[in-house]
Amino acid sequence: MNGSDVGDAVNRAYRAEWGRLVAVLARRFGDLDLAEDAAAEAFAAAVERWPSDGVPANPGAWLTTTAKRKAIDRLRRESKRAGKHQEAQVLFDDQPPEPLGAVEDERLRLIFTCCHPALAMPARVALTLRMLGGLTVADIARAFLIQESAAAQRITRAKTKIKAARIPYRVPSEEDFRERVSGVLAVLYLIFNEGYLSTGVGSDPVRSELTDEAIRLTRLAHALMPDDGETAGLLALMLFTEARRATRLSATGELITLEEQDRGSWNAALITEGRALMRARLATGQKPGPYQLLAAINAVHTSARDVRDTDWSQILDLYDMLTCLDPSPVIALNRAVAVAEVDGPVVALAAVDRLAEDLAGYHAYYATRAELLRRLDRHAEARLAYDEAIELAGNSAEAATLKRRRDLLAS
Amino acid sequence: MQYLLSVIHDQRELAPSDEMAAIDEFNDRLQADGHWVFAGGLGFPDTATVIDNRGAAPVVTDGPFVETKEFLAGFWIIEAPDLDAALKLAAEGSKACNRKVEVRPFL
Repeated sequence: MNGSDVGDAVNRAYRAEWGRLVAVLARRFGDLDLAEDAAAEAFAAAVERWPSDGVPANPGAWLTTTAKRKAIDRLRRESKRAGKHQEAQVLFDDQPPEPLGAVEDERLRLIFTCCHPALAMPARVALTLRMLGGLTVADIARAFLIQESAAAQRITRAKTKIKAARIPYRVPSEEDFRERVSGVLAVLYLIFNEGYLSTGVGSDPVRSELTDEAIRLTRLAHALMPDDGETAGLLALMLFTEARRATRLSATGELITLEEQDRGSWNAALITEGRALMRARLATGQKPGPYQLLAAINAVHTSARDVRDTDWSQILDLYDMLTCLDPSPVIALNRAVAVAEVDGPVVALAAVDRLAEDLAGYHAYYATRAELLRRLDRHAEARLAYDEAIELAGNSAEAATLKRRRDLLAS
Repeated sequence: MQYLLSVIHDQRELAPSDEMAAIDEFNDRLQADGHWVFAGGLGFPDTATVIDNRGAAPVVTDGPFVETKEFLAGFWIIEAPDLDAALKLAAEGSKACNRKVEVRPFL
């Protein structure tokens, strides 16, 4: 095996094992800091030893054993330094590596701890990407366009709070489960959306490292909670959205809207996978939650071979169901797009105008309004609405599209 | 593990009798379930006096150490195994006294 093969093996092991390793160590030693450091030391040891010793037959087991030893070494050093000289006897572990089932539970604990509602949302996101996803502090800083020191501080403060306030390391009880899962899904969806439509000035308009990571973590969450409908729904929603990624950006860096996308180039495998998830949910007969409804709306879009074949009345029904669960102005705005197709732009524009106060300053409100005004041949008003949308759009590719559409208006 | 549950309020009026009854009931439950350490209601911030004896002589100042709209109206000190348990109790306490509650661990 040559050097680059070993490097690949280390990288593969890192992607596959990091989160599991941190989770197992956190459970064993009750300390996220120690878990993170020991996991990192184990991978450093792999980089050093695997080229000469060869890649172990079971890299996960090798890493677990090595990381546990590193953690115990560290605890011993620290207890010596503290002058206590207690042997960390209780921490010795002669047990063989845990069977896979038990190990998966450990990652579930880690997800719920990283996404605990007592932590601020940016801290939850950073902690989840670091502890479970294995992104470095530098990766996270780059992804959210913050200083590395700020990213590091978010993670450190979150870990400090977990320890000091004793945020438990466990899967929540049945009565809290539903609410806590929705907290986890909110973190994963935020990561995905930041990749799908990046808001940073000067950042790439679509950042696949974030959408990929969000999908990977949501796949994991789904594997750990296969019976949870909303986790399956969020995964399906991400897959349908991801399936269109290659067709969302033009060669000139403009965002291409759903109706203009080359549907033949959508990723059929991802769509098939998303549909299978949706079918499995339908078979349960349980009432769908918001993520499942959003996924269903996307499923309707992806099943139309041509934009003109889109079943808008079904989409409108789904938005009506969604509005019952989540009567937010953003949902109402998206519903208005379907209303325009079913009842015409006049009715839709009236619905959009009712949102003026709630959505003031939200670029999509002006963009939607501009499109409807354009269709009603009210070009002067449409131009003003485009101007406001362009001004407010955080995403460079989206702004470029809006400019083009504005410039197509007759003056 | 002990937590301080601080009752936060911004109005100058005492709890009405139905809230006092709900608080008493919550306190009884805390005691029965072994969570109770200590609790108390506090006088309004304008009854506070600050004393600073770090220098040569103690300096006495009328009023609270910081002027804010929201103030500490009372507190519980509870025993709970972890933050989830403490938050659950704090949610009950907030309902009982009809005020916001801050949960903070003791070192």
